[in-house]
Amino acid sequence: MAFSALTRRGFGVLTAALLATSALVAPVTAQTPPGVLVVGQIAEPQSLDPHAVTAVNDFRILMNIYEGLVRYAPGTLEVEPALAEAWEISEDGTVYIFTLREGVTFHDGSALDAEAVVFNFQRMLNEDHPYHNTGPFPLSFFFGAVQGVEALDARTVRFTLNEPYAPFLSNLAYPTGLIISPAAVMQHGAAFGRNPSGTGPFRFAEWRSNERVVVTRNDSYWGENAALDAVVFRPITDANTRVAEMLSGGIDVMVEVPPVALSQFTGANYTVHEQAGPHVWFLILNALEGPFADVRVRQAANYAINREAIVRDVLEGTATVAAGPTPPAFAWAYNTDLEPYPYDPDRARALIAEAGAEGAQLTFYVTEGGSGMLDPVAMGTAIQADLAAVGFDVRIETYEWNTFLGRVNPGLQGKADMAQMAWMTNDPDTLPFLALRTAAWPEQGGFNSGYYSNPEVDALLEAARVATDQDERARLYREMQVIVQQDAPWVFVANWMQNAVTSDRVGGFSLEPSFFLLLGDVTKN
Amino acid sequence: MGGYILKRILSAVPVLLGITVIVFLIMAMIPGDPATAILGSYATPENVERLNRHLGLDQPLWRQYFTWLGNLLQGDFGRSFALNRPVLDEILDRFSATLILAGTAFVLCALLGIAAGVVSAARQYGLADKAITLVVILGISIPSFFLGMMMILLFAVKLRWLPASGMYSIWGGGDLPDLIRHLSMPALALAVVATGVIARLSRGAMLEVLRQDFIRTARAKGVHERRVIWGHALRAAMVGIIPVLGIQAGFVLSGAVYIEMVFQWPGVGRMLVDAILKRDILLVQGGVVFIAACYVGFNILVDVAQSLLDPRIRT
Repeated sequence: MAFSALTRRGFGVLTAALLATSALVAPVTAQTPPGVLVVGQIAEPQSLDPHAVTAVNDFRILMNIYEGLVRYAPGTLEVEPALAEAWEISEDGTVYIFTLREGVTFHDGSALDAEAVVFNFQRMLNEDHPYHNTGPFPLSFFFGAVQGVEALDARTVRFTLNEPYAPFLSNLAYPTGLIISPAAVMQHGAAFGRNPSGTGPFRFAEWRSNERVVVTRNDSYWGENAALDAVVFRPITDANTRVAEMLSGGIDVMVEVPPVALSQFTGANYTVHEQAGPHVWFLILNALEGPFADVRVRQAANYAINREAIVRDVLEGTATVAAGPTPPAFAWAYNTDLEPYPYDPDRARALIAEAGAEGAQLTFYVTEGGSGMLDPVAMGTAIQADLAAVGFDVRIETYEWNTFLGRVNPGLQGKADMAQMAWMTNDPDTLPFLALRTAAWPEQGGFNSGYYSNPEVDALLEAARVATDQDERARLYREMQVIVQQDAPWVFVANWMQNAVTSDRVGGFSLEPSFFLLLGDVTKN
Repeated sequence: MGGYILKRILSAVPVLLGITVIVFLIMAMIPGDPATAILGSYATPENVERLNRHLGLDQPLWRQYFTWLGNLLQGDFGRSFALNRPVLDEILDRFSATLILAGTAFVLCALLGIAAGVVSAARQYGLADKAITLVVILGISIPSFFLGMMMILLFAVKLRWLPASGMYSIWGGGDLPDLIRHLSMPALALAVVATGVIARLSRGAMLEVLRQDFIRTARAKGVHERRVIWGHALRAAMVGIIPVLGIQAGFVLSGAVYIEMVFQWPGVGRMLVDAILKRDILLVQGGVVFIAACYVGFNILVDVAQSLLDPRIRT
């Protein structure tokens, strides 16, 4: 028979092919060598120009290539010297003079001096600067208060602010304040973001689109040299694939582990790291019109929603219940006396009855996902059910993230009664100043999309922003938190704990409250 | 022949122009803009306006379109907002990865599909035919992204035979065996559905040919059965099979989007998904036009191949 001959031959070919494949298959487990740390990232970086990016995902790479004048002390959100050895602040809080560390060079060999620092801020802030067109610089308003920056001598830089601005130092520690090499900008122009040069413990080596960004140890680092030879950042956008890569040994560190996947990493081969950060997840309530214009109904919403259950069952314990507008990670400014609203549906019903808002119909904006939004659809559904239990008829409208921002940021008036939102910030000033003041209503260019207004809160926030004494600032913020919790312009839902998993080959790893990933002390065998 | 090819190429021009209009309008109409996407939570109306001005998005739509089209005709695809690099560089980088994946999958599905179809037809209603039909129907029915995930679980996580994702080893590697190890799962997952379709249609085409007189004549002359099937019949059936291959090539290319997401293959499909989410207008537009041009080009090739096989088409 002709075909049986064919089948026999086909079988031979198949066997040969299988043998060839198994030869290719063998050495997978030895994929990542010692000294080279492979980090599973959630997305491709936008750019490696720290002044051009906004995403935490990009910051994780940048913080290892660059340094700022100051940085957050390990494990805190308080600033300490970095490229600047010391600084002085004028009595009125408008002049900052920094003394630079001596003998620091960029990875391209050029020297870090006062002129280089001036170049960095001029490029971002001065529209006439010859390299301003290498932007855009979306977060340059972090330094909007800077009126002038000058080099007094090779090691001294003076910043002049147009008004006292207490978050200035903290903003300098943020990625937007990282110092880049002017020589590299002049050489590469707009392509600097793909040819970065800084002063950090790792220098840039390679970027292959959607495959990897590689950085190698900077052997002429001014501080202690990094222990690793190299770090490879891999963008793995699909969370399931990221988990599979971690389980199969393809990556050594995985950030942002989906809550449902945490149970996969319980064995001795893995360590799960958790760290609370400056994140708050909340519901904006429309205080201008509709049922939430009444403070009693806003408080009722805070009582009605079972945040414990959301944090435990939806987020699988990867967050804690939020008590107020300021995340506890800002330890120095957080009011520890604040207790979260308890889950008390009866109390909620009573308040709603008192306000005459029984059975009100509410429109609720939910997003499908987005920066810091955790599991918004599931959380939205749980919230809808809790509000239904106290008699509200909640209609959910779901939008893709960018569309969602386009609807929420201009204000909820005439559109919705409540909307989900989450913020991660670097200073206790940022979020309340941009989202709770009367002068931050959307038409004035702020993010107070629910039109909350309390002159007392306004005054506290304005005062805290210009106070240069940290204890005084802390006192003002603590007072603000008490009032805002009472006024309930938001439902304070959760503070996220960022997490990461490392394999047993990784040592010296820890997460920072700033959400940055600092790999200088990490080892891998 | 030359005239026929020229005619086909000229007829592609309005198609491509139409695509530029459609993709431009879609990107202009979907809600959200690149400035909001870049700024995230910091997208105040003021910041958005400033950034849009910087990106040239404050111009009237018609002017934006003609500026873009004019640059496109000169080979300038513009600069990606999100990636901060020339669009064309990014597309070419990523397209080569997609070509490797889709090309391998296409060769796999063409060879396997035609072979399965021919065997089925030669053994109509026999055991081989029934077994192949069962496998083919399973293959057509299973969503490729699901199959891909299951393959990762089995071959990467449980057995640790193959890497779970990516195109090359993250350190070292980079040679052909390394590529093949990374390629085998996604290419197979991508080929499965198209293999099924090609197998079914090849079977039909072969059955039709096998009933014709010249096959009976060949058998009567005593030509070896293997030669009858693989020589005479298959060659005649190819006229019906080649257009199917052309269409399946398109499916393989578009199916690559899911597979690239599942296996994190650095291809053009994944690039487009990311670009759409980031409202990276120029990258989306450039990518779509580039892919459309390739697709149109491939169709012209198929038509030409078919006209070579069957001169009746060339009219």
